[in-house]
Amino acid sequence: MNILKKIWKWIDDRSGFSESILPVITHPVPPRAKWSYVFGSATLFCFLLQVITGIALSLLYQPSSKEAYQSLEFITNQAKFGNVLRGIHYFGASAMIILVGLHMVRTYITASYKFPREMNWISGVFLLIFTIFMGFTGQLLRWDSNGVWSSVVAAQQLGRVPFVGKYLARLLLGGNTIGGQTLSRFYSYHVFIVPAFIFVFVAFHLFLVIRNGISEPPKAGRLIDPKTYRRWYQEMLKQKGVPFWPDAAWRDIIVSALIIISIIILAAVFGAPALTTPPDPSMVQTSPNPDWYMVPFFALFALMPHKIESVAMLLGPLITIILLFSIPFISHKGERSPLKRPWAMFGVICVFVFVISLLVIGIEASWSPNFNTKPLPLTAIKATNPDSTVIRGVHLFYAKGCQYCHTINHYGGKAGPNLTTVGNRLSVQELKIRIVNGGKNMPSFGGILSGEELDRIVAFLATQK
Amino acid sequence: MKISLGLAGLSAAIAAVPVISALIAPLLESKEEKWRTVGKVTDFAAGTTTLVTFINADPEPYAGITAKSAAWLRRNNQTDFIAFAANCTHLGCPVRWEKDAHLFMCPCHGGVYYANGTVAAGPPPKPLTRYEVRVFKDEVQIKTAPLPITNISASRSV
Repeated sequence: MNILKKIWKWIDDRSGFSESILPVITHPVPPRAKWSYVFGSATLFCFLLQVITGIALSLLYQPSSKEAYQSLEFITNQAKFGNVLRGIHYFGASAMIILVGLHMVRTYITASYKFPREMNWISGVFLLIFTIFMGFTGQLLRWDSNGVWSSVVAAQQLGRVPFVGKYLARLLLGGNTIGGQTLSRFYSYHVFIVPAFIFVFVAFHLFLVIRNGISEPPKAGRLIDPKTYRRWYQEMLKQKGVPFWPDAAWRDIIVSALIIISIIILAAVFGAPALTTPPDPSMVQTSPNPDWYMVPFFALFALMPHKIESVAMLLGPLITIILLFSIPFISHKGERSPLKRPWAMFGVICVFVFVISLLVIGIEASWSPNFNTKPLPLTAIKATNPDSTVIRGVHLFYAKGCQYCHTINHYGGKAGPNLTTVGNRLSVQELKIRIVNGGKNMPSFGGILSGEELDRIVAFLATQK
Repeated sequence: MKISLGLAGLSAAIAAVPVISALIAPLLESKEEKWRTVGKVTDFAAGTTTLVTFINADPEPYAGITAKSAAWLRRNNQTDFIAFAANCTHLGCPVRWEKDAHLFMCPCHGGVYYANGTVAAGPPPKPLTRYEVRVFKDEVQIKTAPLPITNISASRSV
């Protein structure tokens, strides 16, 4: 025992561990910084989990356009704990996105970005952007048909950048088309380039947390004055500060540990997201779907007015990023309490509602044709004793693709209006005009249907009342 | 001191050359597009639209199945072929030809095109992109091309 102690003393003395690290982990922090202050550290621990599981995955993964899919099949189906490992990396990514969001919202609600912590916020915005980019490239490294089409979609978005869009798209894909270089590049972005930036910015972010101190819980009426704040803060710490370890840190550790355990349980129960079809760009019978955290973006592209979309695709993210960066410059002093900043709180609620709604409608994706719809059975139509014209109309309604977008009695898609009772709304003549000419978001079928086919479909629809 | 800083700068600059070259490699290479045979003229009936696949121009030996591209080949009459890129002009998702409905449909955001490639519904800002196609010794050939990227000006031309 004594010898061990001596050895440790020697190491500690020569390495300077206690001298340099102890003051950092025991530095005083404001009292009453309780459970709402745990999201940042939880994000950090999730990131470490991602690094470790990512390294483990890289031992099994083939970063090659040709073989990645096979290696994923191997990891998922054959490698010991491979499916769980993929699952942890997936749920860890999901947790990181959620926690980054919560951390940011908490920082905004308590206005911790105000003086002198503007740079904390700015480095945090960088980390948010990196995290989203990691999420996007990560789902792509799964390199199934979803991965291939995700990279095409990303290239199309970059293509909207004026003048250089085409070149940016080509750089992203590593060539004129999807090919051998595509996955190598995404692998490099996901595994080397962006993580390197994340390490640097996390270090900077943490350094700033120590340098500027953890923000004290806000109190209505206690304003921030840049001239006196730093002195006041130091005085407050001297009088009431508590050591970070263990007085504050135990909460961070409990929450982080619980989150990591939950991630592992989720991974063990649900496993990794299933692979779709192989990454063959010539196979078109596939419906690309991004992972849930990309769904709000995906939904936005369907819902935006089509005329402004190409511009919005470029300006939307740009304005959002500029806005996020400018928040600490718009207001850097004064009131921090959320109770005294009603408009800021209103903004937070709006963003929440906006993102959650986009997520919900994006998962439903009602704008997409429902290619899986089954032929409408005669038992599902309104006419109780249909004649042969109506029956043919029912068959044509399915065969001509009407049912991809229109629902009748739970059969069909949701891109267009539900036609279960269309006979009440439109006359035979109106039905004909609508089908022949099309509508706001409906193709004109005038050149597609013969007169006879049109009559049959209309005869059927007229009975739907 | 100036010499030491200058020398350090020089070493960094020299090391950067191959690094930057690797980074922008896709912009440096110029690939000659190639005519690829996708079938015999008699394989395609007049009035039909068929999915054809072909190998991109000069793929890397390690590209595997990602070297493939797809096009929708429409035969209008004896001599007239049109080849549409399978990519939706909205965000590039793969459109599928619904032969009974006579429409191309995109699964991502509900883009729909008529048989001639013009937009029928949904968000696409412009008609389906076309590949060059020719008949050569009774074979239908498609000229490879870069992945069609919609640029920002497309929205103004609607």
